[in-house]
Amino acid sequence: MIFSGKVFKFGDNIDTDAIIPARYLNDSSEENLRKHCMEDADATFSSKVSKGDFIVAGNNFGCGSSREHAPIAIKASGVPVVIAKSFARIFYRNSFNIGLFILEADTDGMDNGDMLEVDTDTGEIKNKTKNTVVKAKPIPKFMAELVNAGGLIAYAKKKIKEGKK
Amino acid sequence: MGRPLTITEKIIQSHTDANTVAPGDIVNARVDIALGNDITAPIAIKEFEAIGIGEVFDRKKIALVPDHFVPNKDILSAKQAKMVREFAKKFDIENYFECGEAGVEHALLPEKGVVLPGDLVVGADSHTCTYGALGAFATGVGSTDLAYAFAFGELWLKVPESIKVIFEGKPKKWVSGKDLVLYLIGKIGVEGANYMALEFAGSTFKHLGMSDRFTISNMAIEAGAKSGIFEPDEITEDYVKGRAKRDYIFYKSDEGAEYAKVLNFNTESINLQVAFPHLPENSVDISEASSKNIKIDQSVIGSCTNGRIEDLRIAAEILKGKKIAKYSRLIVIPATPDIYRMAEKEGLIDIFMDAGGIVSTPTCGPCLGGYMGILADGERAISSTNRNFKGRMGDVTSEVYLANPAVCAASAILGKIAGPDEVV
Ligand code: SF4
Repeated sequence: MIFSGKVFKFGDNIDTDAIIPARYLNDSSEENLRKHCMEDADATFSSKVSKGDFIVAGNNFGCGSSREHAPIAIKASGVPVVIAKSFARIFYRNSFNIGLFILEADTDGMDNGDMLEVDTDTGEIKNKTKNTVVKAKPIPKFMAELVNAGGLIAYAKKKIKEGKK
Repeated sequence: MGRPLTITEKIIQSHTDANTVAPGDIVNARVDIALGNDITAPIAIKEFEAIGIGEVFDRKKIALVPDHFVPNKDILSAKQAKMVREFAKKFDIENYFECGEAGVEHALLPEKGVVLPGDLVVGADSHTCTYGALGAFATGVGSTDLAYAFAFGELWLKVPESIKVIFEGKPKKWVSGKDLVLYLIGKIGVEGANYMALEFAGSTFKHLGMSDRFTISNMAIEAGAKSGIFEPDEITEDYVKGRAKRDYIFYKSDEGAEYAKVLNFNTESINLQVAFPHLPENSVDISEASSKNIKIDQSVIGSCTNGRIEDLRIAAEILKGKKIAKYSRLIVIPATPDIYRMAEKEGLIDIFMDAGGIVSTPTCGPCLGGYMGILADGERAISSTNRNFKGRMGDVTSEVYLANPAVCAASAILGKIAGPDEVV
């Protein structure tokens, strides 16, 4: 799939407390999580982000807690893809499970407000503001299958259906 | 003989149909315990219902521990706890812990013998890795993963590479598991073991108890690790016997098993550690931390990292007959009801209260900035918990310093970051 939008740039080690602070975890509704997405990293994020925009970060994005509220908050904000130099393990897994795309790439040349065009199939990231192209690491085969199936729950439903046949 | 395996590879292999496994393999692993709490289980329950399977895979192999915002901190938290309770009732979940029996999940489940050596445990909580201390493969997953495990009793896992971490020698006075793990994270960084299993070994662990192993495994995730495991031995056996209600297996790494890295540390030269805001990798020796004259507003002793009875005993030893600094707070949170009761019997609660501290009912509370000790803007805490991210314990401008309970106790007395030798 191809997505285009602008960059919201963050640094290294953006932890899940910054993505969705624990004080909001008493309500797991998408609306609540969307409203407070990235609040402790950039308090204005939820008012500025538009559907299709990208979160771009440095190393170890999503470190810390296992809260799935973090990728849900990002997805509910309309962000289709997070691009970072590297991701923490549980965040990575949660994102694929809920159908949020995650791309590992060199993000040094991407700055706040840059317009990107991202092809999740080829991993090609075009920076239209700077006229550069970066290639993301290929998504592992199993993970790609999982996202293409629509996430882990869709995959589970399919499994039940096949079992019952 | 096949390829020699690490303890982690062996446990994973034994929970699959494969004859052998290697790092990088993606396997479907059978789980012995699938764990959720009052924050992560509600999403899992919704997703479980979406799967539409109707029945959980095994009512005995699910653990539900409402601990984060329980006793309910507000109406919304009460609703989440209620949802978990209703689910537990509906499926007659054996290891559901109601308020009076519940404590911080990762202290509670080993204490109750719910998780055992050789188990494969998945939990929708990142500190599920704590159970590695028992010689189990235990890892944090998300709520959707947990829903899948509730339904099928298995989950996809990538077999991790292992890093062997060897600590040799006797620790100095007051130096504990917390200091070793903060020191390690300081050396390898918060991403130093990303996607990998840490395997701890060495003579140091003959000098320390189970509680130190729990602390170390608990913080494996703070180096990004998938798990943090110890080979079980007689110390493990002493802890487990009397608690276990089912069989368990001690696995050991094979001679010649492959490691991505082997790290050797001389414990005798490691000092008390304090991790500065806002990452657990910012650890420095106590002498350096103390010399900076860092004033603190609050000291927290509790959590799945350091809320066990051994931790409270150490803190009480330092606080006995002393008062905490004026205008500062000391919050002690025994991690489970049993620990609370022991502390009461041993007179520790009196010591804390006489010193001017408060003792809370078991809960995660301030550890994740829930309640029971939230920081105002610009306030500073020293804490025996495991994370010091920005805003973790309250306002986004507040600060958390991580240390062991002895340092937290000494700092409470002086109102500044200090080592135990400065007060006893
Ligand atoms: S005590 Fe803190 S780290 Fe442990 S489970 Fe609770 S919130 Fe998480």
